[in-house]
Amino acid sequence: MLLMDKEPGFVPMRERGEPKDGAGKPAGKAPAIADAAETDRIAPETVGDITSKNAVIKVRGGNVHYGDTHALRNISLDVGRNEVVALIGPSGCGKSTFIRCLNRMNDTIESARVTGDFRLDGTDIYARDTDVVLLRARVGMVFQKPNPFPKSIYENVAYGPRIHGLASNRAELDDIVYGSLERAGLVNEVKDRLDEPGTGLSGGQQQRLCIARTIAVNPEVILMDEPCSALDPIATARIEDLIDELSQQYAIAIVTHSMQQAARVSNRTAYFHLGRLVEVGPTDKIFTNPSHKLTEDYVTGRFG
Amino acid sequence: MRLTTLALILTAMALAAFYLGRSRAAAIGGGPGKARLLHSLPKYYGYYTAMWCVLPGLVLLLAWTALSDTVITGRVIEALPDSLRNQPEAQLGLTLNDIRNLAAGQMVDEARRPEFAVAADLYNNLRTASQRLLSGLIIAVSFLGFALAWWRLQPKFRARNHVELAIKAALIAASLVAILTTLGILLSVTFEAIRFFRQVPFDDFLFGLTWSPQMAIRADQVGSSGAFGAVPLFVGTLLISAIALIVAVPIGLMIAIYLSEYARPAVRRVLKPLLEVLAGIPTVVYGYFAALTMAPVIRQWGDSLGLDVASESALGAGLVMGIMIIPFVSSLSDDVINAVPQAMRDGSYALGATRSETIKRVILRAALPGIVGGVLLAASRAIGETMIVVMAAGLSANLTANPLESVTTVTVQIVTLLVGDQEFDSPKTLAAFALGLVLFVVTLILNIIALQVVRRYREQYD
Repeated sequence: MLLMDKEPGFVPMRERGEPKDGAGKPAGKAPAIADAAETDRIAPETVGDITSKNAVIKVRGGNVHYGDTHALRNISLDVGRNEVVALIGPSGCGKSTFIRCLNRMNDTIESARVTGDFRLDGTDIYARDTDVVLLRARVGMVFQKPNPFPKSIYENVAYGPRIHGLASNRAELDDIVYGSLERAGLVNEVKDRLDEPGTGLSGGQQQRLCIARTIAVNPEVILMDEPCSALDPIATARIEDLIDELSQQYAIAIVTHSMQQAARVSNRTAYFHLGRLVEVGPTDKIFTNPSHKLTEDYVTGRFG
Repeated sequence: MRLTTLALILTAMALAAFYLGRSRAAAIGGGPGKARLLHSLPKYYGYYTAMWCVLPGLVLLLAWTALSDTVITGRVIEALPDSLRNQPEAQLGLTLNDIRNLAAGQMVDEARRPEFAVAADLYNNLRTASQRLLSGLIIAVSFLGFALAWWRLQPKFRARNHVELAIKAALIAASLVAILTTLGILLSVTFEAIRFFRQVPFDDFLFGLTWSPQMAIRADQVGSSGAFGAVPLFVGTLLISAIALIVAVPIGLMIAIYLSEYARPAVRRVLKPLLEVLAGIPTVVYGYFAALTMAPVIRQWGDSLGLDVASESALGAGLVMGIMIIPFVSSLSDDVINAVPQAMRDGSYALGATRSETIKRVILRAALPGIVGGVLLAASRAIGETMIVVMAAGLSANLTANPLESVTTVTVQIVTLLVGDQEFDSPKTLAAFALGLVLFVVTLILNIIALQVVRRYREQYD
């Protein structure tokens, strides 16, 4: 296990609000097991196979502290190529914290301290010489609330390719933008109004724009933090179809509070509880025949 | 009855009306805690009764105060002997002044004349009578109002809606105060400016290239027919404002970016108030800083570079003014940059943008309307600034774009035109109003542009 310092070039800016998950707030309803020590006793080790055949992301013994709060406890999990891993669990269990470790978005939270071995294609994500800029180009992220930039639709998608210098002329950039919009299933809806502001789109379109923006820099992994929680069922269905298509090409880790969604889109499901990864396995098994009592309680709706 | 006594009585009546109204409503509604029969909460019936008790009296008071003096003066004039009454208007005004002074107990030299004393007595008597009548009327009206409210106090009566309507009216009235004041200022300036333009053609003023507002007072004076071409003033104002903005906008923006994106919270807590102190320094102090410290420094620099610098230069005034308006740019920009949602930053960082790319391409873009607003506010502050320019930029109306020469601005000329002895029928004095009108219009246009920019680029965040 390695103790990582933050990269010197990226001094975290001042804290802008608490991390969404973790930070010691208890789960909404009183779960069957309310405190972390009890979880440690009942689920000291992860049940199920944490490995993946074509692992792109490999995490071993990952821990996160927010100040004095131990938000992630000794997590080990792989995410493989062409695989969708769903992360489920009650609020505050560490799902978002976990995926924010994979592209080092936790760096922006001043009090966050990450330890453990996080690897992308074998290279250490938290090594001193890792460039977060390149890392984040390889590990894209889609947020809970659509957050298009205050720019035109075209410029929203072109933003990533521009800052990474992926296109050498306008024609190449056009290709990237159109291609990304097409793969995000948005091109037909917006091709006549690429100059209009991205913020003028509907919520579902905005989220697909954010996905197009993410795939425009051609990442290997896409992290999704409850991407549909702000959307209506129709927009949600479109995003889920899109996740399905994207899984042909990318490794995807998706945090979701909807167990139906996890069941629909994912190959493997990981159940988090109070900072512990309790159980991980094929999605079918987790939902039909979970091994751990905590997982069973959660997926059957007994708490959470 | 004195006005203060009246006010006390009215307050007492209002309080009594409130409690009476409330308790009666509560009684009608079936006692406290069982007010289900009532349309509104009992306290609204109390407010309603108190309102009716006070408001009619207040209206009466205002109307009476506005009208009574005219009526009383009219009666006094009628009572004057013919010799005094048939004076020309200006003389009559003076006489009335004397009478008022005498009535107020001040000794007036001429007013030892018995007619004056009689008139002053009459004036005083009429005033006292008017006051008594007013007090009586107000109290009567208050009782009437109270009785009316009392009579209307039924369970189904919608007291809350009436009270809310009254509050709304009060809010509208408050906002009207600001609007009407602006309108009043605009009208007074406009009328004086029109008088000016009757004597000096509009285009001579707006496009003339010479400014020399000295007028002959006597017909036989030489060499001062006056020239009212305001272009040198406009150019001087623009020059100094431009220098100020060139200083303030980059520095202010960089400060804002540092404070909001890079500075640690502790640093920010110290720096921001310190910067705002800059805005609190009186402009006179800036003025002598510019005149006594900055100007010699600039002249030395100029000498060492072989340039000829006037001792009162646009550059000195502009630089100091720029420093003065830095807080306007930095503080407002810092606020709007902070208001950009964290989601924007996250989105950009998650795409692998560096901090500087995020700031340049996303945050500044999102904060642009607010930044433009701050800059325009700073600009109108610069255009309207007077003291620094009076002290540091000089009075000579040079038509030049050379920042090393002495120039003058619109505001400085307004000050010099209105200081000292004036005649209000001379274009020299009236020119100040024309200049003021120009300033007003320019600032108005700046504000309209600012609003347009803000509206155009405004993004909706929730």
